[in-house]
Amino acid sequence: MRQVYLDYSATTPVKNKVLEEMLPYFSENFGNPSSLYQIGFKSKDAITLARSRVAQLIGAEDKEIYFTSSGTEADNWAVIGTAKALKPKGNHIITSKIEHHALLHTCEYLEKEGYQVTYLNVDKKGMVSLEELERAITDRTILISIMFANNEVGTIQPIKEIAKIAKKHGVLFHTDGVQALGNLPIDVKELNVDMMSISAHKIYGPKGVGALYIRKGLTIPNLIHGGGQENKKRAGTENVPGIVGFGKAASLADENLASHIEKVRTLRDYFISQITTRIEDVVVNGDMEHRLPGNANLIFKYIEGEALLLYMDTKGIFASTGSACSSATFSPSHVLSAMGLPLEQVYSSIRFTVGDFTTKEDIDYAVDEIVEMVEKLRAFSPYNKDNVMNSAQSCNCQA
Amino acid sequence: MGMYNEKVMEHFTNPRNAGTMENPDAVGSYGSPVCGDMMEISLKIEDNVIVDAKFRTFGCGSAIASSSVATDMIKGKTLEEALALTNQNFVDELGGLPGAKIHCSVLSEQAIKLAIYNYAKEKGLVLEGLKDFDPNEEHDHE
Repeated sequence: MRQVYLDYSATTPVKNKVLEEMLPYFSENFGNPSSLYQIGFKSKDAITLARSRVAQLIGAEDKEIYFTSSGTEADNWAVIGTAKALKPKGNHIITSKIEHHALLHTCEYLEKEGYQVTYLNVDKKGMVSLEELERAITDRTILISIMFANNEVGTIQPIKEIAKIAKKHGVLFHTDGVQALGNLPIDVKELNVDMMSISAHKIYGPKGVGALYIRKGLTIPNLIHGGGQENKKRAGTENVPGIVGFGKAASLADENLASHIEKVRTLRDYFISQITTRIEDVVVNGDMEHRLPGNANLIFKYIEGEALLLYMDTKGIFASTGSACSSATFSPSHVLSAMGLPLEQVYSSIRFTVGDFTTKEDIDYAVDEIVEMVEKLRAFSPYNKDNVMNSAQSCNCQA
Repeated sequence: MGMYNEKVMEHFTNPRNAGTMENPDAVGSYGSPVCGDMMEISLKIEDNVIVDAKFRTFGCGSAIASSSVATDMIKGKTLEEALALTNQNFVDELGGLPGAKIHCSVLSEQAIKLAIYNYAKEKGLVLEGLKDFDPNEEHDHE
């Protein structure tokens, strides 16, 4: 069966060129980078090159890049590290309601530790308000953490303006750049961010490796304690093959950035236009202007997203939803909910993300199948144009 | 290995009894889009026997598969026999559902009971299986 992967925001396949560079570091070049002999030096050199490549992709200096195990670890480190370092100054953190759980759950943890967190609202396009942000800052505020681009709807935040506000008030600014990396030009110096989390597996690199950019001159306490790796900032024997892969993926992303953006945007726009012309009552969530180039988040009215996903899976089409019924906790997407979408439309939403290996034929196949599936599912939905779902209707379950 | 077994997937992709019928003798709707699940069941009833059943469901794969088996299972059953069926019977018939999805089958049980409740009320029938049934009762889907 044909397989059409439309979930590049979840993860990406490792590119051949990336894998090729990684492979020797599993076997012949297996040395510990901390060892004082040749195969150790080889590993150390490989990490040095990777660091420089990753730095290059975001306009940082090499020594401002600290490798971690994931974007999640980088988020934890940035937020918890800052919170601990600046406790004498204050205990207030500002973030948004649409952050990744890596950020939200870290903030919730800090709330239990006595910190105060403001979760900024977003508008219906998923954008934070700079006015609301500035109003939220108090003399106790120690950190602003707002994601660069959202993983569900792809909305890109005004990072440069947020950084300006943070600077004006002398507050540190961290951004989760995991989704933005490799999908937008990023220059941390021009943006003036203090910290940024990134990850390899969203840019055709391996899973299990991320990094935190920490602006030079800024010091935050370590999250992981142990040996002296990563300039004594992040202990643990380095994931050498992973870091090498991250480096290669970063240099490929840097080389191909413009063509990648153009390619995925064209395919994404084609997908959206095909779906919305061929299926009635499909609505695009988010903002078409300030949006990641490969992201399409669509509401298929009158049917449940999970049912459509399951159907798509039977035809080899892979996408995702953070929708109803997806877990025992019955938690619908916090992002779409924060954007003010009524629950029944949250349940009907699906995220499609295209990437470097997506072809027009993939899109054509997916669209043909989706048209048919939506028709089939709608045929036995109790809802339709004349009987619209109404979120005012009471719920007799305990959702 | 997917999330659901083959039988669930078969009922999901080829649901039996999907749709509506002309002049149903009884209709029951349960759930709401706010919960993420909504099922409407229509019944044809002759001499207290369910001779036909149709459903329309807004919900996930397990809600649709449960609707399919549930409507299949109640056809040919007396009202009392149909009332005796619980969501566990539907889950068993499907060969099991993932733990987090068991609650989706409650939808079918409740919609069937509601349809029969509405019918009994209209016809003035007293049914043993409805003795403890409260149409406004809240279910936690567990």
